[in-house]
Amino acid sequence: MIDKRRMTDERRRRFLLGGALGAGAALLGGCDISVQDTPTGRVLESAENLSRSAQRLLQSRHALAREFSDADISPHFRVNGSSMPDSEAYAALLENRFVDWRLRVDGLVARPREFSLGALKLMPARTQITRHDCVEGWSAIAKWTGVPLAEVLRTTGILPSARYAVFHCADELEQTLDGSGRYYESIDLVDAFHPQTILAYGMNGKDLSVGHGAPLRLRVERQLGYKQAKYLMRIQLVDSLQGLGGGKGGYWEDRGYEWYAGI
Amino acid sequence: MKLEKKTVLVRRHAVITRLTHWINAICLGFLLLSGLQIFNAWPSLYWGQYGADGDPAFLSIGAFPWWLTLPSFQDLAAGRRWHFFFAWGFAINGAVYLLYSLLSGHLRRDLVPRRAELSPRHLWHEIVAHARLRFPKGEEARRYNVLQKLSYAGVAVILLPLMVLTGLTMSPGMNAVAPCLLDLFGGRQSARTIHFITASLVVLFVLVHLAMVLLSGVWNNLRSMITGRYAIEESNHD
Repeated sequence: MIDKRRMTDERRRRFLLGGALGAGAALLGGCDISVQDTPTGRVLESAENLSRSAQRLLQSRHALAREFSDADISPHFRVNGSSMPDSEAYAALLENRFVDWRLRVDGLVARPREFSLGALKLMPARTQITRHDCVEGWSAIAKWTGVPLAEVLRTTGILPSARYAVFHCADELEQTLDGSGRYYESIDLVDAFHPQTILAYGMNGKDLSVGHGAPLRLRVERQLGYKQAKYLMRIQLVDSLQGLGGGKGGYWEDRGYEWYAGI
Repeated sequence: MKLEKKTVLVRRHAVITRLTHWINAICLGFLLLSGLQIFNAWPSLYWGQYGADGDPAFLSIGAFPWWLTLPSFQDLAAGRRWHFFFAWGFAINGAVYLLYSLLSGHLRRDLVPRRAELSPRHLWHEIVAHARLRFPKGEEARRYNVLQKLSYAGVAVILLPLMVLTGLTMSPGMNAVAPCLLDLFGGRQSARTIHFITASLVVLFVLVHLAMVLLSGVWNNLRSMITGRYAIEESNHD
C-alpha cells in the first residue's frame, strides 16, 4: 500500500515536472516567433518525421490515392501560386507553343537526356481523376494525363546513390535578385516510382493551361498541393537536398512548411 | 436520533485518469489555437469531396481574430507544426486513456449510465437540479450523476475520437491508407467541416465543464483531479 502510494507520488511529481518543463519550453521558445531553427521549432518538427514514418509504415508502397469519376470533377479549378512565369524565356516558349521547350533530366542518372513535349507524349501515358489538396484547406478535382515519372526515369536510368528527384521550375514565386524565389520541389524515390506520380501535360482532356503549369507539371497524389510543381524545366536526381535553394527541399519547405506533405 | 456530519476523503480518480486528463487539457489548448490559425488560412467550409472559391460554401464565418490563434499572426506553416505535434500527443494520450478505461472497467462502471438513470423523469430531475445549481451531496456525490456520465462519455468516446478520424481524413497520405474514411465522412471537405463542428462542440463542453467545476466546489474538484481525493460529507445516524 505504502509502495503503491509512493509510486503514485513519484508519477505525480514526474507529471508536474514534465508539464512545467513543457510549458516553460513553450514560453521560452516563444509561441509567437517563427518556429524555424529554434529549440521549440526543432521539437515541433520531430512530429513531421513521426507522421512520415507512420504513414509510410501503414501505406503499402503502391497504395493509391482515391481516383474519382468524370462526374466528380470540380467545375472551377482554382489557379494558385504563379499564374504565369514572368520571364522573357518563358514568354518565348509559350509564343512558339512549347515546340522549343525541353525537359532536362540529369544529376545522378545513367544517361542524362532532354525530352521534348512531343517525345513525352509518345511515351506510355496515364490518366487519373484525383483530388488536389491545398495546404490552405481547399480541394479541387481534375483529370490529369501524363507520363509516369517512373517511365522517364527508366529511360535515363538512375545511379544507386540517387535518393531524391528535384523539380526545377520556370516560375519565380517571389521576385529576388539572388534567385531564391524560384520555385522548386523534391520527392523521394518511393513517391518518384509510385504509379500515380506522373508528369502531366493534359488536364480535363485538354493541354495543360498556363495557369495550371503549362507545358508540364508534377502530380504526386498522396501529398499536398505545393508538391505539385508547375512549369517543369528540369528534373535532377540527387543524394541530398542540401545545397539546393534553402536546403529544405522546396520553395515552401524553405519557408517553414513540411517536406513530407502527406498530412 | 442525532445527525452527525463528517467529512471524508474518498478516492475519486485513478492516477491514469488524472494524468491523461491534464495532458489532454494541454494538448486540446494548443490544438484549438493552432487549429484556428489553420482555419484562418481558408475560412470557408464545404460539403463533399471538393471545395474551393468557385464552389458554394457550406459555412463561411470569416476569420477568427489573430489573438485567438497560434502564432498570433498569420503563419500557416507554424500553425501546422504546432497542430501536428500536439495531435500526436493528443492521440497517444487518448488511446492510453480509452484502453485503460475499457480494460479496468472504468468506462463500464463509472461512465456508462445505468438504465434507471436514463428514464426521462430522472434525467429531467437532474437537469432541473443542475439548473438550480443544486449538486449531489453525501452518498450521491460518490459517483458521477447521469449528466456527468453522458457528457464525459460523449466527449471521450464520441467527440474526441471523431476529431482524430476527421483530422486523418484530411490527410492525402492517410486517404491512400484508409480510403474508407472518405466514404465514412462523405469526402475530404465534409471531414474538414465535421472537424470544425466537432471542435466547436468540444469548446462548448469545456465551457460548461469549467462552469460546473467552479460552481460545484472548485477546490474540492481541483484537488480530486490532482491528488485523486474528493471530500464528501457523510451523515452518520447514531
